[in-house]
Amino acid sequence: MSSALSAPEISRALIRISHEILEANPDSSKITLLGIPTRGAHLAYRIGGHMCEFAGHEIPVGTLDITLHRDDLRLRPPRAIMPTSIPNEGIEGREVVLIDDVLFSGRTIRAALDALGEIGRPRRVQLAVLVDRGHRELPLRADFVGKNIPTAITQSVKLHLTEIDSIDEVLVED
Amino acid sequence: MRHLLSIADLSKPEAISILDTAVELARVSDGAVKKLPTLRGRTIVNLFAEDSTRTRISFEAAAKRLSADVINFSAKGSSLSKGESLKDTALTLQAMGADAVIIRHSSSGAPQRLADSSWMQGSVINAGDGTHEHPSQALLDAFTIRKHLGKGSSDLQGIKVAIVGDVLHSRVARSNVLLLNLLGAKVTLVAPPTLLPVGVESWPVAVSYNFDEVVASVDVVMMLRVQQERMSDLFFPNAREYSRYFGLNSERLALMKPSSIVMHPGPMNRGLEISADVADSARSVIVEQVANGVSVRMAILYVLLAGQPLEVGGN
Repeated sequence: MSSALSAPEISRALIRISHEILEANPDSSKITLLGIPTRGAHLAYRIGGHMCEFAGHEIPVGTLDITLHRDDLRLRPPRAIMPTSIPNEGIEGREVVLIDDVLFSGRTIRAALDALGEIGRPRRVQLAVLVDRGHRELPLRADFVGKNIPTAITQSVKLHLTEIDSIDEVLVED
Repeated sequence: MRHLLSIADLSKPEAISILDTAVELARVSDGAVKKLPTLRGRTIVNLFAEDSTRTRISFEAAAKRLSADVINFSAKGSSLSKGESLKDTALTLQAMGADAVIIRHSSSGAPQRLADSSWMQGSVINAGDGTHEHPSQALLDAFTIRKHLGKGSSDLQGIKVAIVGDVLHSRVARSNVLLLNLLGAKVTLVAPPTLLPVGVESWPVAVSYNFDEVVASVDVVMMLRVQQERMSDLFFPNAREYSRYFGLNSERLALMKPSSIVMHPGPMNRGLEISADVADSARSVIVEQVANGVSVRMAILYVLLAGQPLEVGGN
């Protein structure tokens, strides 16, 4: 097991992603951040906090659970459904930025796009992830990446956040 | 969990996880698109050997909102009315590839028989068997109580519930006593002695024969239907007397706590166990119970069917 990102590195990456999202979306009043539970949701609130500071106004932040849209439901025991909370502005016509912790096969994001379609029709959907570890199984890519970490398919990448795990770190385990 | 046959099979965390899942699934019923792809390609059979409106429609709506295929099968208009046995019906369903059977039957234990037999492989969900249990009704009642009186807590600790009326014939009462007790609520049964089952003193409940003594102190009054179709003997002198002693009318409603709620599993005998003005009052959550029923049944189907079926030691 080795540490791939330390707490200060995670913090810098999130600040950079916040700037990049604002750069790519000149009208920041149209942006809505949606984090994918559990850890993506915490990242979304952190990035939302930074963006609020840089843009000078509140950025709507919500969570989007994708459990019911997963394509691997039948392959595992039932999973708990996590809360979805869509900000009052809704997603209709907005610049939605999906936020997740680790981008791997891309299946989570596919499920998130389906889940989004059930709620409304955003003007555009972008994707921000803290770690891109490769091994995509679907034709998807992230618009904003904290760090690309090349991994072997047998390894696993774990993100710990202070909100849940009392420490900020990204670990690569064999 | 593979089957849902009785509340007695559920642990407290399992019951709470069904209620929590239902909270999230309730959003779907509020959303613009009332459909999820979760159970696409699964076949669910509604096998109703006894009449039902709410439960059957509710399960059907729940299954359809999760994109499952639903086959409705009721006694009238099927071979069941020609005397086909439960076994042959089950074998037929197995041959058609049913992933789950939702069964209502007039014989207590029919769902258990179906689950224990090798007649079919799918999940069995008890939608009411004789005078035994009606677990999905108890779960939706607990969901409704938690929503109104739970104050954000995950269980029902300390909430006082009176279950009033025909406990003897009521599977709803049996499932509710088990579940409310599991979740920490305090249950009082109110009924004439003739409508209480033998052995009720061993249940985890208080018993009262006097509705007026109980009505002012409880948070929930759950009225039970007087089941005339199951009554072969005289259990009370006449309907007017029953109504006077054990019916919920506006005078008794006035004695209840301001925050308390009135529930009824339906179908109601208006004017017998509940007066029409109480049934339609602001304190009555009877219509909401039906709406919550769909969310809770979606949660039951999700928990039983969405994941990989367990090979051994199901249930």
